[in-house]
Amino acid sequence: MTAAIEAHGLGRRFRRGGWALRDCSFRLPAGRICALIGPNGAGKSTLLALAAGVLKPTEGTLTTPPREAIAYVSQDKPLHPQLTVAETLRMGADLNPGRWDAAVAGKVVEGGGLDPARRVRALSGGQRSRLALALALGKRPTLLLLDEALSDVDPLARRELMGALLATATEDGTTVLMSSHILSELEDACDHLLLIDGGRVRLGGSVDDLLQAHTLVSGPISDLAPHTVVTARATGRRLTALIRPEGPVSTDGGGWQVEEPTLEELVLAHLGAPGVPALLTTAMEAAA
Amino acid sequence: MIEYRIDRRSGVATYLQIVQQTKQALRLGLLEPGDRLPTAREVVEALAINPNTVLKAYRELEREGLVEGRRGLGTFVRRTLGEGKAADGALRAELAQWLVRARRAGLEQDDITALFTSVLSGSDSEPNQGDEE
Repeated sequence: MTAAIEAHGLGRRFRRGGWALRDCSFRLPAGRICALIGPNGAGKSTLLALAAGVLKPTEGTLTTPPREAIAYVSQDKPLHPQLTVAETLRMGADLNPGRWDAAVAGKVVEGGGLDPARRVRALSGGQRSRLALALALGKRPTLLLLDEALSDVDPLARRELMGALLATATEDGTTVLMSSHILSELEDACDHLLLIDGGRVRLGGSVDDLLQAHTLVSGPISDLAPHTVVTARATGRRLTALIRPEGPVSTDGGGWQVEEPTLEELVLAHLGAPGVPALLTTAMEAAA
Repeated sequence: MIEYRIDRRSGVATYLQIVQQTKQALRLGLLEPGDRLPTAREVVEALAINPNTVLKAYRELEREGLVEGRRGLGTFVRRTLGEGKAADGALRAELAQWLVRARRAGLEQDDITALFTSVLSGSDSEPNQGDEE
């Protein structure tokens, strides 16, 4: 499977010192829809800006499709305030000769009942988000990068826009990397997950593989070796733990319950345990 | 054409909800052999879910022999479930009448579901008179 994004030892230093992102190595296979999750300040926006080519890496390498095949919607959604909706779309057509799909862009704009004669400066935040997404989808990109792109859109419109985005991606085989600090916004839409925290990758892989690599166990307090323990909590004489099983989980001694965790439990456990080694499943592991 | 609805709080995996709703439509005769299921793109657009989720559901239905994918044409129903007997108008009408009586007796939705489920599971031990498929 060819990679749409491949990062090796990628790092980006803040201008004021310190690292926004460091030692970041992963690959995102083409055609995947990947959630980029992490708390505020984790490095999500930096990673997306690097992938978009808007920022240059301080160290390491990053391979992406050519710039003209990438669409990027940043958090501040730079649109020209003095242009109308129709003029903005015309600009999209002019900037993307040979690629522009007026029908796709037009449908996204019409879905929100945006008046083509309205100036960008008079649009609400949610309407600007819609217009920015119309520009991005109209480009029919092979790689779509979205930085909290739908966070200021109301729930009904968010579902409609996410539906339009996923339908276009299904048709074109677009690779999508989209960020949010709220997992539930992206959980239904994505098949892959990249979790970053403190500028470092913590988890990466297909959602199914990541869930299978972890087990939620609860039972009498005992030694969980040789398994990797992500989090463990004792209540009375019982222990509840999220582990990465190394081999079969022994349930000897009785009273052990074994469950598959939810994606949310997985994400929260890792955010609460910064010392636990990162895990990239084979789907997202960078080639050596 | 069937329209799927996803209940995010049900705790049932999204792909399973699609499988279950398709089977229910087959039992009720709302889907018949030869009918086309919505394309993955249509379901993805309507529900804002990952395309793989839809494909996983359709693969499961195909594995059970209920539908078949025809290249470039779509996914089509191959056979019904329970011979579509659940579509029986007379039985449905009787149940509707019973439901009116239950409501008059002051039963609420949850009471009715509990009663129906209890009688249904109790009837497992009785000899099965109708032939399953």
